Order: sequence, then structure tokens, then C-alpha cells
Amino acid sequence: MSNVATPAFGAPDFDAVVVGAGPAGSAAALELARAGRRVCLVERGPYPGAKNMYGGVVYGRILDTLLPNWWEEAPVQRWVTRRQTMILTETAATTLDVRNEAWGRPPYNGATAYRPDFDAWLAQKAVDAGAVLVCSTTVTGLLREDGRPDGKVVGVRTDRPDGDLTAKVVVACDGVNSFLAKEAGLYPTVDPANYTVGVKETIALPRDVIDERFGVRGDHGVDIEILGCTGDVPGGGFVYTNLDTVAVGLVLSLPELSRGDQRPEQLLARLKAHPAVAPLVEGGDVKEYSAHVIPEAGFDMMPELVGDGILVAGDAAAMCLAAGIWLEGVNFAIGAGAAAGRTAARAVQRDDTSAAGLAGYRARLESSFVLADHRRLRDAPHLVMGELAQQKMPRVVNGVVEELFTVTNPDPKPRLRTILRRQMKRHGVKWRDAVKDGLRAARTFG
Amino acid sequence: MAEPTHYPELSFESRMGSVEFRVAEQAHIVVDDRICADCSTRGCVVACPANLFVPTAAGGILFNYEQCFECGTCYLVCNEEGAISWSYPEGGHGVVFHRS
Ligand SMILES: Cc1cc2nc3c(=O)[nH]c(=O)nc-3n(C[C@H](O)[C@H](O)[C@H](O)COP(=O)(O)OP(=O)(O)OC[C@H]3O[C@@H](n4cnc5c(N)ncnc54)[C@H](O)[C@@H]3O)c2cc1C
Ligand code: SF4
Ligand code: SF4
Repeated sequence: MSNVATPAFGAPDFDAVVVGAGPAGSAAALELARAGRRVCLVERGPYPGAKNMYGGVVYGRILDTLLPNWWEEAPVQRWVTRRQTMILTETAATTLDVRNEAWGRPPYNGATAYRPDFDAWLAQKAVDAGAVLVCSTTVTGLLREDGRPDGKVVGVRTDRPDGDLTAKVVVACDGVNSFLAKEAGLYPTVDPANYTVGVKETIALPRDVIDERFGVRGDHGVDIEILGCTGDVPGGGFVYTNLDTVAVGLVLSLPELSRGDQRPEQLLARLKAHPAVAPLVEGGDVKEYSAHVIPEAGFDMMPELVGDGILVAGDAAAMCLAAGIWLEGVNFAIGAGAAAGRTAARAVQRDDTSAAGLAGYRARLESSFVLADHRRLRDAPHLVMGELAQQKMPRVVNGVVEELFTVTNPDPKPRLRTILRRQMKRHGVKWRDAVKDGLRAARTFG
Repeated sequence: MAEPTHYPELSFESRMGSVEFRVAEQAHIVVDDRICADCSTRGCVVACPANLFVPTAAGGILFNYEQCFECGTCYLVCNEEGAISWSYPEGGHGVVFHRS
């Protein structure tokens, strides 16, 4: 992509161009349209969501203010009323299992949904508010004032014939690879260590089989996060229930994956064969295989969020929260996109879409969960992806549990602290390191 | 971990056969395999979820863009500057998800 010249004359085609009709882009376009601005939402897929995959649970609280009673119409598969965190070794599993019936009633908590459904629904809300949605159109670069490479951003070039779109402000919601944020010079460096790749199978199973296997009824569903299931590659796994499919997948750290000898689908096959997972997912047809990259490192990899004439939101700005027990990006994208949309609408009204005129965006995010959570949890991705959490902790936990529940008559039961000391020694965990990481975790999560 | 017992694992062809690709005429990713010849790591081969990077007997890489998830893994792990020219397919083309 290159910096290309701008058409010199005439008023801009739109007040704002939003690139990408994912959750961030649709939220931005919705807020711009509601503020009465002329906004174009450009999406390269044939429909919004066509290019997007995730685990999948959407946490809807951020929608309460944007779209009151959203739960009455959002394309939801199941409401998550049961959450598990599974810690695996090759042959053992220790699971924390939580149920909460309140999560199955309005205003709800998390919902499983297919992204092609959810993203198309959210984009339609922006259209209903007055945004112009243009699909099947790839943005190929930024337009700069007077064609200068460092000039203010004044629109985008697309792959349509005569496809330049001029605007007072561009909101880049183009996802994890954000070529627009990179072209705008907002990413200082790109380090593969900050990224993971997610792969997933969507497996068809009859609805009553899913209810039975996962112990839920009606439109209630289950969310399982898994640690210790990715071999030598740092990462994690997940299982989610949809109405008549189950999603099972892995998230894998890029540097170690590319240095290893196991391909993503091979690691996934191992997870699916694990004695704790196989009974949940076996037997059905794979309806869709999918893959997508995640910006894993959160706060520490975020780019500049504002440039002259441009704002960045969602995965494009690494706003996905990937911290082990949490994998939330859709809600962060919506929160950031809405803030970007409001900021852009104000800036257009005040006729100042320079970096200074758009600076309020960062302040809005700092005072909301988007940057507050990311700032507080900035250590979490490193902790969760570290050797202690990935390799040693699962062995110690399952070793301790095994000893605790294996009856050793006629020997007397060992004391818990004896077991713990023995297991830590066996798996090479030093008290010093455990305490150090424990304190770091307490500071981060506590 | 135990090998799968009752249910054989899906072949890679049927795995990719579950995905819709509206293939564009023009390749969106181009690999310069003269540069790959000097590459010692070949991270793309193991990491590409669609398994599109195939080492050749001549020490190069055979690449086909048609069944690509457009994920970005390959350019992120690539070892050699300039080996991969990466962009998105023409609008409306490429991978199309339905239940992900
Ligand atoms: C395996 C996996 C599991 C996950 N699990 C969860 C989960 O359970 N819950 C959760 O909340 N989050 C989850 N996430 C994270 C979540 O998917 C992302 O954080 C979220 O999608 C970010 O939204 P976004 O709008 O910023 O970007 P995206 O959803 O990526 O949307 C970007 C959009 O821009 C379009 N686009 C990109 N470039 C261009 C261009 N040049 N021209 C035109 N259009 C363009 C794309 O087609 C796309 O529609 C997961 C992610 C992965 C990969
Ligand atoms: S990592 Fe890059 S240079 Fe090496 S073989 Fe793959 S594409 Fe070629
Ligand atoms: S973008 Fe992803 S699927 Fe496509 S070639 Fe690169 S690694 Fe493979």
C-alpha cells in the first residue's frame, strides 16, 4: 500500500469513513450516524462478519447503553450459565466449574454467537441509524493532504474503480493486521511475540446431545477455558456450546509455534482426544474450520491511538484482552469503537480533525474499562504465557490433586504440605519463583 | 495425550473442504521463493493453519493462495525480509465464514 495523492477540489464525500464492519467499526459508525454525521462503513467481506472468527462468547454489558434491550433481538446461540477453567496434563484434568442461573436471565452476562450473524446484526444497527455500508470493498491505502506522505489523512483508497473516498476523519477498525494504523505510522514496531493464532472447529451435534453432554437445558450454554493443552507451544484452548454445534479450538503463540514441529490442527487433534475433552466433542461433523490472529500482548503492544485525521479502535489497536481466564475482544472493540465514533463526531462538528482535535479519544478510553482494564492487567498476558503457568503449574496442580485423592492404604495419608513440596520439587518449581509469580499475579488480578 | 480411538481424525482435505473460499483471480499473497532458499527457519511451513507453504525438493517453497484464511500468521513469522508480499484479496473474495 502506498500514500497516494488526494483529489484537490471539492468537499469531502463523507464526514467520516470507518474501515472494517467488525464490532469496533459498526459501533463507531453507529455513534457517528446518531450524531448526524455522514458516515461510510467500508467492509472487504461480502457481508459484515464474513472474515471474522473468534471463540465465541460476546459479553453484552457494553451494549446496554448503545442498544437497550439488545438481548431481545441479538442473534444469540446460547446464554452462558456455566463456566469452567480446565487445567490439563496429558492424562489428567483439574476443573473449576461455576454455574450461575442469573446469567441466563435479562440482562444476561455472556452469549455464544456466530460472528457472521452477530457482526451483520450490529452493522445493520449502524445502517438503520443512517450509515452507508459498502461491502465487498477492500481499502488499499490512506489518502493524504496534498499527497504528502506525512500529510493529514483525508480519506481512503479502495479497490473499486474510481474508489477513492474522501472524509474529514478516518476511523481504522480494520482488525489485528491493521495495515492502516501501520501505514499511518502509529505502530512503532511489529513483534511476532505479541501475537497468537487461533484455530477452531465448529462441530455439528444434535441439540439434545449437547444439552446432555454439557449438563445444560433450554437456551443455556457452557464456556470452557483450558490451560496445559498446547504441548510445548504457549497458549490455551477453549470449548463453547452453540445451539446445535460445539466450537473447539486453540490459541497458539506464534514464535514457538513456528519453531516447533506440530502444526495447529495436530495440536488441536490432541486436545480433542484428551480424556476430559473427547466425550464432549467427539462424533459430529466438522461444519467449518477457521483461523485468525489475536493481538495477545494487550497494553504493552498498543500503537498510538490518534494521528492527524485518523483514529484506531479495536484489534487494530491491540485492544483485545487475552489474559488466560479472560478472552474478551468484542466488548473491548465495541467500547473503543463507540468512543472513537463520538470523538470523531465532536471533532467534525468543531471542524478540527487534526491529532489535537481528536485527542479526547484517549481520555475517553482511559476513563472507561477499555484502557483501565488493559492498564491494570498489562502483566497478565506475560504471566499466563510464561513457563510457570504453561508447563509447570498444570503438572503441579494435577499431581497434588492425584496424590490427595489416591488412597494409599496401608500407608497413612500424606499431609498436603508434604504433597505440595514433593510435587513442586518433581516438576522443578522453586518456591522463590512461585512466590514471585504469585505476587505478580496478586498485584495484577488482585 | 492418548491417540483418538473411536473417531478417526479428519483428513486435511476434508478439514479445508468445510471452508468456503471465493477465489479471486489475482493472488493476494506472493512468495518469492528465491529468498526462501536462504531461509533456515521455515516457520511458515509449520505455522500456516491452511498448510499453504510446501517445501520443494529444490529447496524452495511452493505456495498457493487459494485456500487462505487471510490470518496474517505467515508474514508475522517469516524470517526473511521481502519473501512474502502480503495483502488482502480483492473485495468480496477470499475466505467466507458462516459459523465461526
Ligand atoms: C480464536 C479467537 C477466539 C476469540 N474469542 C473471543 C471471545 O470468546 N470473546 C470475545 O469477546 N473476543 C474473542 N476474540 C477476540 C475478538 O474476536 C476480537 O477482539 C474482535 O473481533 C475485534 O473486533 P474488531 O472490530 O476490532 O476487529 P475484527 O472483528 O477483526 O473486524 C475487522 C473488520 O475489518 C475488515 N477489514 C480489515 N481490513 C480491511 C480493509 N483493508 N478494507 C475493508 N475492510 C477491512 C475485516 O473484514 C473485518 O470485518 C477471539 C479471537 C480469536 C481469534
Ligand atoms: S519463513 Fe519466510 S523466508 Fe522462510 S520459507 Fe517461509 S516464507 Fe520463505
Ligand atoms: S495468511 Fe494465514 S492462512 Fe493465509 S497463507 Fe498466511 S498463514 Fe496461511
